[in-house]
Amino acid sequence: METLYVICVGVVTFCGVFLCLRGRTFSVVVGLTLLSYAVNLFLFSSGRLHLDGAAILGMSEKYADPLPQALVLTAIVIGFAMIAFVVILSMRARADLGNDFVDGREPPDDEKLLKPRRGRL
Amino acid sequence: MSQHLPILPILIPMIGGLLLLLPPFTGPEKYQFRRVASILLIVLQLVCAVVLLQNVSYGGAIMYAVGDWQPPFGIILYVDLLAALLVCLTSFLGLGILLYSLAGDDREGKYFHPLIHFQLLGIYGAFLTNDLFNLFVFFEVLLIASYTLLIHGGGKQKTAANVHYVILNLIGSSLFLFALGTLYGTLGTLNIADMSLRVSQISESEQLIAQAGASLLLIVFGLKAAMLPMHFWLPNVYGVASAPVAALFAIMTKVGVYCIFRVYTVIFGEQAGNLSNIVEPWIWPLAILSIIVGTIGALASPNLRALIGNLVIVSVGTLLITFAIRTPEATAAGLLYLIHSTLITGALFLLADLLGQQRGKAFDYFVVARKIGQQKVAGICFLIAAMAVAGLPPFSGFLSKLVILQSAIGTAEKVWVWSVLLLSSLMAIIALSRAGTTLFWRYTTPTKENEETNASNWQLAGVFVLLTASPLLVLFGAPLIQLTSDAAAQLHDLPLLIEVMNFNGDMP
Repeated sequence: METLYVICVGVVTFCGVFLCLRGRTFSVVVGLTLLSYAVNLFLFSSGRLHLDGAAILGMSEKYADPLPQALVLTAIVIGFAMIAFVVILSMRARADLGNDFVDGREPPDDEKLLKPRRGRL
Repeated sequence: MSQHLPILPILIPMIGGLLLLLPPFTGPEKYQFRRVASILLIVLQLVCAVVLLQNVSYGGAIMYAVGDWQPPFGIILYVDLLAALLVCLTSFLGLGILLYSLAGDDREGKYFHPLIHFQLLGIYGAFLTNDLFNLFVFFEVLLIASYTLLIHGGGKQKTAANVHYVILNLIGSSLFLFALGTLYGTLGTLNIADMSLRVSQISESEQLIAQAGASLLLIVFGLKAAMLPMHFWLPNVYGVASAPVAALFAIMTKVGVYCIFRVYTVIFGEQAGNLSNIVEPWIWPLAILSIIVGTIGALASPNLRALIGNLVIVSVGTLLITFAIRTPEATAAGLLYLIHSTLITGALFLLADLLGQQRGKAFDYFVVARKIGQQKVAGICFLIAAMAVAGLPPFSGFLSKLVILQSAIGTAEKVWVWSVLLLSSLMAIIALSRAGTTLFWRYTTPTKENEETNASNWQLAGVFVLLTASPLLVLFGAPLIQLTSDAAAQLHDLPLLIEVMNFNGDMP
């Protein structure tokens, strides 16, 4: 179970980081969302993974650490609010700046830059 | 009442900020109400912070268990001299910027005053808490307030800068949680005092994981503090924010520096066995490089606000040097410098806006523009601020830099600290004198249609409040150095922390 869990968290983190490095706000927002999912899973596992364990003492033979569950709950709420904010912000940026690039301007078009020089040569 | 004093700096802005969102404070025509209430709130916070500081300095550090859940399980606030002093500093800075904002900056959007108080709430909380997860929560509070304050008033530049700022800090928050998960998995607790007890007891294999967690935390705090590889966002963000907001942000980098001091002195400090002082070898080069890069940036800045932003990076580097020396004396010197640099950079940001408004389209760019209306007042303010920030006597910059230079021991340390600090001060003087000459002495011949755009008295009051702190810091230098030395001694005194937390008898 641990191996599967680790691979899942790793893949989600990888995708999140990859998307965060893209140039357009949409993919960055999706990347941030994936990253926050990965971090919630990771935080949850910091109390070790248990099957059939209640978080309350005396309710079952085995018990799970309740603190990471509380931490994850807080982190989910905060993460959700932040994602909502960044979605609204990127829509505002799209309206204000006229494009959806993170830098607020389109990257220079390589072909257009190079062609006249070649022509002169 | 008095036993609940430690939580008041958090409760007052929270409840006050919420009330400011409700009638009778809503509506565009009710701005006068909002202003009066906001000023009353900040004065209340300042009084509360001063009383707290007094209590702590006479009665020793205080532990406050929220809801009476005792450590290590509950949410714990821990007020020592360092925290109380910084809360005091923050509320004083808040007073200055609110006074300045009354001139009209607060009317650009509806929620300026509540947001400022929420931002202050997050900063106070980050200083007062003794729990790493709680620190994360307060970081988020101050961040979401800063996101909205940064874009306050609107405009293309602000939106573009805000996108970078928000994305960067969201990634930082994710890293923070990763670090917390790692540390909780190895140490089994997030209470800072409890962690400091357990960190020396963990097994060899877990030490590596804890070290990874500690390094991740350094990245997060470094991002907040604008330490070198993570400093690119700062000049841009501080440059576009409206003046009161930029001045309030002057304390935000210091929150990051404070966390570095707290976490890597208490948890990963001397007593941490194999993990003691694990980040120190990283901090040294990064601190020195921060100063160098910040200085070069200051020399190359095209306008006053970018120049001040780069001086903020220099001040962060200087603070990190005092951390890296790792003695209580150096910490005390750093604390003095922190107080001075926060107030002076805050004042400079306000002053840059005040000058810019009188220069028409050129704003604070170093180009020939129309003559400043209030040459005398603004000029004297700028001279004082520039001398203080560059470290010339008789102002506070000189005193605090002198104390830092004295705290360096050992030849290698002395060579690095003295040469870097003094050279960067010289460069700052050059950059600031170039700025001053262009802003004040190079102007076009006045035409008649130039209307008078004098600064309002509120703006001047805000700048004066923050600027008078500089000579006062020098006048009361001896008691202040005594106070910062006590604060630093308390920070390095782990047995005291354990005793205040009642961990002595019944530790598991």
